[in-house]
Amino acid sequence: MSVSEMSPAPDAAQQPTLDVRDLCTSFHTRAGVLPAVRNVSLRVQPGRILGLVGESGSGKSVTGFSILGLVDEPGRISGGQVLFKGRDLTRLSASQLRDIQGNRVAMIFQDPMMTLNPVLRVDTQMIEAVRAHSPLSKREAREHASRTLALMGIASPEERLRAYPHQLSGGMRQRVAIAIALLHAPDLIIADEPTTALDVTIQAQILSEVQKLVREQGTSLIWITHDLSVIAGLADDVAVMYAGRIVEQGSVADVLDRPQHPYTQGLIDSLPSRNQRGQRLRQIPGMAPDLLSMPVGCAFAARCPRASQVCAQEPQPHEARPGQMVRCFHPGAADAQ
Amino acid sequence: MPSDQIPLIELHQVSKTFGKAVDKRSLQGLLQRLHLTRAKPLTHAVDRVDLRIMRGEVVGLVGESGCGKSTLGRMVAGLLPVSSGTTSVDGRPLDSLTTRERKALRLKVQMIFQDPSSSLNPRLRVDRIVGEGALLHGLTDRKGADDYVSAQLQRAGLSPQLRQRYPHQFSGGQRQRIGIARALAVQPELLVCDESVAALDVSIQAQILNLFMDLRDELGLTYLFISHDLGVVEHLCDRVIVMYLGRVVETASVDDLFARANHPYTQALLAQIPRFDIRSTRYDAIQGEIPSPLNPPAGCHFHPRCPHAMARCREEVPALREVSPNHQSACHLNDQR
Repeated sequence: MSVSEMSPAPDAAQQPTLDVRDLCTSFHTRAGVLPAVRNVSLRVQPGRILGLVGESGSGKSVTGFSILGLVDEPGRISGGQVLFKGRDLTRLSASQLRDIQGNRVAMIFQDPMMTLNPVLRVDTQMIEAVRAHSPLSKREAREHASRTLALMGIASPEERLRAYPHQLSGGMRQRVAIAIALLHAPDLIIADEPTTALDVTIQAQILSEVQKLVREQGTSLIWITHDLSVIAGLADDVAVMYAGRIVEQGSVADVLDRPQHPYTQGLIDSLPSRNQRGQRLRQIPGMAPDLLSMPVGCAFAARCPRASQVCAQEPQPHEARPGQMVRCFHPGAADAQ
Repeated sequence: MPSDQIPLIELHQVSKTFGKAVDKRSLQGLLQRLHLTRAKPLTHAVDRVDLRIMRGEVVGLVGESGCGKSTLGRMVAGLLPVSSGTTSVDGRPLDSLTTRERKALRLKVQMIFQDPSSSLNPRLRVDRIVGEGALLHGLTDRKGADDYVSAQLQRAGLSPQLRQRYPHQFSGGQRQRIGIARALAVQPELLVCDESVAALDVSIQAQILNLFMDLRDELGLTYLFISHDLGVVEHLCDRVIVMYLGRVVETASVDDLFARANHPYTQALLAQIPRFDIRSTRYDAIQGEIPSPLNPPAGCHFHPRCPHAMARCREEVPALREVSPNHQSACHLNDQR
């Protein structure tokens, strides 16, 4: 049974914007081959938000980079398909890919200065980005840029256009970076922890704008984060990653309310808000395995309260509950154990 | 007075300004008037704040970035001199003491920083990092240092066998434990934790928070816990202080603050936290960003963003007043009720 068959069932009527099948990405370093992403399969429908959750080193960012063809040496996509509206992005030439990047697909980084050039004014950068993919005059491009900034809730966009990135606050910079990603109304946006470095009030403002735009424009969004609470409020579906693999996947209501994988349960249990005030927090013992010397079988087994002999083999993804994929030999509610 | 009623540390009307006001008649002033040099801006990072921490208390200090919470924390830890106001440790004002006495009292307050990799000297082995302070202050001697360091590491949950290693050989969570061992080595009574778990993954964060709580029970430690994460603060702290642009706007016990926030800023802040148990939030953001402390709004600093702002708020600074027992808030609305 292939992994993709077990992904959450799509609405039969619609072709998914993104269909990732068995994606593998590894980094070939002097110390050895690091399997950063292993057999990741996921689907995003138009107008849906997928939350990709994991801790540092779980491969969530590399998954996002791989989908958009942004993995640099020594990283290499070593297997699988990335079907974007039916086209396999991993098979495109560099110039074909460039036509799509920033146009039909876009990326928002954690640090807006990854997107922005510090020595160019915002208008220069935005006009350039508009004209890279559409034959508008400079004036039209500037008007379009101004409208997009306003869409992101930026007051007095004309003034902001004339500013250099360092003259803007962190929240404002991130809004500009998001506006640049939105310029061509892409079908797919991958956002890699864009609000992690921001204050809660600014985060809430950006989340509200993004939520509105996705619904209005029918964009598919993958929101990569380590913060389950953000996912709970923002996303429709969620995929939990651990040591390069998706260990659990399904709708937000299913996965967060009825987690089947012990790792997902551990993550949720260790949130302070899920514990009694002042009591010790329930914690997952140990730490994530070293990708260079990955244990045989289930990568979580060493930290898992349910681990048994069978966990020395690699668990295959299967449907634990309808529409909820789990990669575990002992799935089930925490109470059942 | 019994010693348990004397605050462990008390800051009275402390302020911190960065930059210096220039006398118009001085040479500097003349150069500025001729526009030959530019005036260095004067920043009020902390503006007449009172803070008392009783022995055994866990006090949370929250606010957005730039509100002065880290500056206040550094003044409590004695890492920054105060611009005005007095600090007393154990009821003894520091100004009245000799340098040697002050040094001894200062040792009681230690700080744990946000970024464990930049707060540890990368060229020193762990045993030097942890043991140096204790040796310098005569808490151990060269002969006993090894055992002393091992004991501190064990307390922080690290194996003493690792003491010959360098910081880069540890993971983020382990490095934070080294920072904790270093602080514990000089036998402090108060730990100032400045965003000490912000950079850690959820599962590691739970481990470190549990360590803090264990140490509190074992050693009777007192904490000033600076964080932007209200979930963590709610879980850990007894009392919370909310700061906005250098001023304390509200202080109350944790239960009181989270159940009956009085100040509009606190209310807004609480409404913005992404909550795990709330699905598909419609984020309804407070408008605007935190203004620059270089040029704070007159009157109540919060009035440009406040939904209840009145004419009086634009002119008069609200004083911190008691709204119910042990619950203080600085808002003009309280006068109308």
